[in-house]
Amino acid sequence: MAQQIIFYILAVIISVFSIMAVTSKRLIRSATYLLFVLLGTAGLYLLLGYHYLFAVQVAVYAGGIMVLYIFAILLTQKPGERITPEPLRQRALAIVLSSVGIVFCGYIIFNNITKVYTLVAQDELNTKHIGMTLMGTEKFQYLLPFEVISILLLACIVGAIMIARKRS
Amino acid sequence: MFQSYSQPLEFTNLTSWLDAALRENLPEFWAVFIELALVGVVLLAAYAVLAMILIYVERKITAFFQARIGPNRVGKYGIFQTVADVLKILIKEIIQINKVDKFLFYAAPFFMIVASVLTFGAIPFGKSLQAVDFNIGVFYVTAVSSLGIIGVLLAGWSSNNKYSMIGAMRSGAQFVSYELSAGFALMTMVVLSGTMQFSEMIENQAYCWNIFNGHISSLVAFVIYLISGHAETNRGPFDLPEAESELTAGYHTEYSGLQFGFFYLAEYLNMFIIASIAATVFLGGWMPLQISGWEGFNQLMWYIPSYIWFFGKVGVLIFLSLWVRWSFPRLRIDQLLNLEWKYLLPINLVNILVMVILVLTGLTLTDLF
Repeated sequence: MAQQIIFYILAVIISVFSIMAVTSKRLIRSATYLLFVLLGTAGLYLLLGYHYLFAVQVAVYAGGIMVLYIFAILLTQKPGERITPEPLRQRALAIVLSSVGIVFCGYIIFNNITKVYTLVAQDELNTKHIGMTLMGTEKFQYLLPFEVISILLLACIVGAIMIARKRS
Repeated sequence: MFQSYSQPLEFTNLTSWLDAALRENLPEFWAVFIELALVGVVLLAAYAVLAMILIYVERKITAFFQARIGPNRVGKYGIFQTVADVLKILIKEIIQINKVDKFLFYAAPFFMIVASVLTFGAIPFGKSLQAVDFNIGVFYVTAVSSLGIIGVLLAGWSSNNKYSMIGAMRSGAQFVSYELSAGFALMTMVVLSGTMQFSEMIENQAYCWNIFNGHISSLVAFVIYLISGHAETNRGPFDLPEAESELTAGYHTEYSGLQFGFFYLAEYLNMFIIASIAATVFLGGWMPLQISGWEGFNQLMWYIPSYIWFFGKVGVLIFLSLWVRWSFPRLRIDQLLNLEWKYLLPINLVNILVMVILVLTGLTLTDLF
């Protein structure tokens, strides 16, 4: 019962702050509301007992990406100014696109919800298992994607340095 | 049973008695509920009391470093000075400021305090005196402590003040850089102990603390962790985010009353948290000093309660941090970033490799002897 109550609280937090994140007129407030959404999601992982993903969510999104967002907003925009609303045509397009997204996600969730109920509860994943899966080369192990992503990140870093050192 | 005679002062006896009494008289749900509430209240109380003690200790030690007397009016040796200060800050007016972003301005101190309390819960204060013991303990601590910086950035921006803004930007750059080093230093020790769970880590250090176990590599990691931890708390030679002479008070210039108190409290407790994580990971936490084979000696050491051991080790590290704070001049921002990115980080990366080699080739002390 306690779990259900906590779940509903988290669900309300996530949905309210998601809406506030897109309706807010100030960019930096939107970023803060988005942070609350991400923390709420971390709370869901904690509720599931998946502590590793919880810590990753908090460290990567809250600690890393949000700090980056806030820095970027502070350095590029005048963050206090209110954003002028988009023209009507673009808003209509956004509404159409997001409803397509809702239908798409809803279809997937609706078709898979019966499978979710049949999932068995399992013991907490230990970190060693995650590490082995990430670094293994056998079936259902992820060494190749891991390396590909690291090359992508390296390319990003090199690109960022190139842009930053344009003067020489 | 034997334990209750050999370790009469441990909290284990009290907590297990309380647990048994609650479960006997109440249904499962309410027993757990009351225990959780109790743990929360005790943690918050400990948080506040520790902050008061730390502020007094810091003021007194600082005074001795500067050849002053320090607080000496309220109570004998001024021991009630911080109690008086806390009462004063509690009844102070919170000044409403025009032209700040109201929501972010009032939310920012809570980010700081929440991040700090979340980390505080994961500290093992003594034998079975730990609120949060995930199997990813070390990772959890680094993750939730990174929330605090968002509070600093938001406080600096929403104050609508140049000094605050510059202070927040400096603090952000500093925190993000040094968090990397702190994380890597902890990761080195995770390699050594083979676990991220604090309780297991302490058990592993029963006869040989990690700092001795991994000799060279551990020592390097320890020094790096202390430096970067110290920098993360914005203190000592790294206090340029709130450099009084340039920025009045940095990101919390516009705050007053208890809101300022939150920042102040979080700063002190972060110092304690860094010291206690260092004590737990490197110096064996609450584990008494034991030498395998010397049974009588070990027994004697166990008579000293585990929390005394913990606070003793933490106290030494805090004294070290204060010593550094009042001995070195403030760094410039370029020196600060150079120290991190050109020295600490490369040393750290090499250090992890050295540690991996030490562990794999069996050159740690427990393997050798």
